[in-house]
Amino acid sequence: MKKIASLYSDKVMDHFKNPHNMGEIKNPSGVGRVGNPVCGDLMELQIKVEKKAGKDVITEAKFQTFGCTAAIATSSILTDLIIGKTVEEAEKVTNSAVVDALEGLPPVKRHCSVLAEEALKKAIEDFRKKC
Amino acid sequence: MKVYLDYSATGPVKKEVLDAMLPYLQNNFGNPSSIHEWGRSARSAIDEARIQVANFLNAEASEIIFTSGGTEADNLAVKGMVLPFIYQGKGKPHLIVSQIEHHAVLNSAKTLEKSGAEVTYIKPNADGIIEIDDVKKAIKENTILVSVMYVNNEIGTINPIREIGKMLEKQNQARSQKIYFHTDAVQAAEYQNMNVDYLHVDLLTISGHKIGAPKGIGCLYVKKGTPVMAMMHGGEHELGKRSGTENVAGIVALGKAVELIQKSDTKIQEIRDYFIDRVLKEIPESELNGSREFRSPNNVNIYFKYVEGESILLNLDLVGIAASSGSACTSVSLKPSHVIMAVCSDAERAHGSIRFTLGYDTTEKEIDYTMENLIKIIAKLRKISPLSPKEYK
Repeated sequence: MKKIASLYSDKVMDHFKNPHNMGEIKNPSGVGRVGNPVCGDLMELQIKVEKKAGKDVITEAKFQTFGCTAAIATSSILTDLIIGKTVEEAEKVTNSAVVDALEGLPPVKRHCSVLAEEALKKAIEDFRKKC
Repeated sequence: MKVYLDYSATGPVKKEVLDAMLPYLQNNFGNPSSIHEWGRSARSAIDEARIQVANFLNAEASEIIFTSGGTEADNLAVKGMVLPFIYQGKGKPHLIVSQIEHHAVLNSAKTLEKSGAEVTYIKPNADGIIEIDDVKKAIKENTILVSVMYVNNEIGTINPIREIGKMLEKQNQARSQKIYFHTDAVQAAEYQNMNVDYLHVDLLTISGHKIGAPKGIGCLYVKKGTPVMAMMHGGEHELGKRSGTENVAGIVALGKAVELIQKSDTKIQEIRDYFIDRVLKEIPESELNGSREFRSPNNVNIYFKYVEGESILLNLDLVGIAASSGSACTSVSLKPSHVIMAVCSDAERAHGSIRFTLGYDTTEKEIDYTMENLIKIIAKLRKISPLSPKEYK
């Protein structure tokens, strides 16, 4: 029997089966909602930013996603990648960093990682507006 | 547990079919066009299979053209009927197809459109069925072909082929240019009436691997006097309509497969109804796509609100259940199902719909196992989805 790995990496499947940091934050510092259910992908990222040693640090990140396996896995890994980072550091997380962390995505699914990057940018933008 | 609920995609070769075809792969390997004993043995096997298929359709043996499958038969019917008009420069031919056709018909029509034909694409009603009156209204003076599928492959709806056929016959009595009628019956062969006289069709497509024969074999019924032009040129095989050395084993298999079809079994429909009832009752905000009344006995197509099809499918796959979806995310093109879009123009619905297709071996126990997992999967994905209301969180 052909393993599912021929479709998605083990890492993608791990995050798809047991997504990290799923849900909502009470009083988030920033929210980024991107995509469109009409296109088959809708991602919402919420971040909690707290001052630590004078720096803005992302202490919490949660997501909700409507979409395929790749969309769910990219949302999940994105939260892992940004928790504990300063906002400035998190801003540098690109879609290729997301793809690398997932040990690759099929070419046709790479747009999901772009969506993750956009959600992050929007959440940070929202945080800055509120500051 | 492993549960296969994707029989409309394909199914296994039936034991009796395999037994019938195997000798023609090795011992009786002759080329049917050869004059010697080897060739004659292969030729007589093809002749017999052609009679089996003809009997199944209540047609003449000379009206059966074997092809490489459903796609080729659809291409032969649609292009083979329209292209001669374009080549002969007899004005602009018009054809009518439904919006919910298989891509083999739909993309053939689109190609003809680029080559100078005029095409009307008929929208189905809200139940996913093509209405006779809509076909009638689309008829023009230059209409030469109507192609409407018998059973839709995604949502399982049954179109009124006989009634459309009779309507066209009536129209033809007062016309100088006859309108020919093709139906893609690939998903209908196992469960519906396939008598071509009853259906009033001129052309009809069948595919082998949907009915217990292998992939790579199908046929087109071409009523006597229907001027279909060959798409494949060569040694004038298949009465000059389809050249290429015959797929003898495949043809024998198709003959055997249609002979084995028995339409009296109602068990599959009972299991389908059991499945539909349970889903609609036990999974909130789930809806059946397509008519419940005019529906293939093996098709269950459900829209699950707030979730996306590919992630449902992969979760099902993880617990050993095979289904399919009209979701964009499972296809290379990333376009949502053209069928569900044609019925309701709702992309979210197209993304969130799953097709389960049953086979004769499907048991109630398999449906129970599927339900048990489906309930959990939908709940889990709704918990993740930003679209779901609070009660699912």
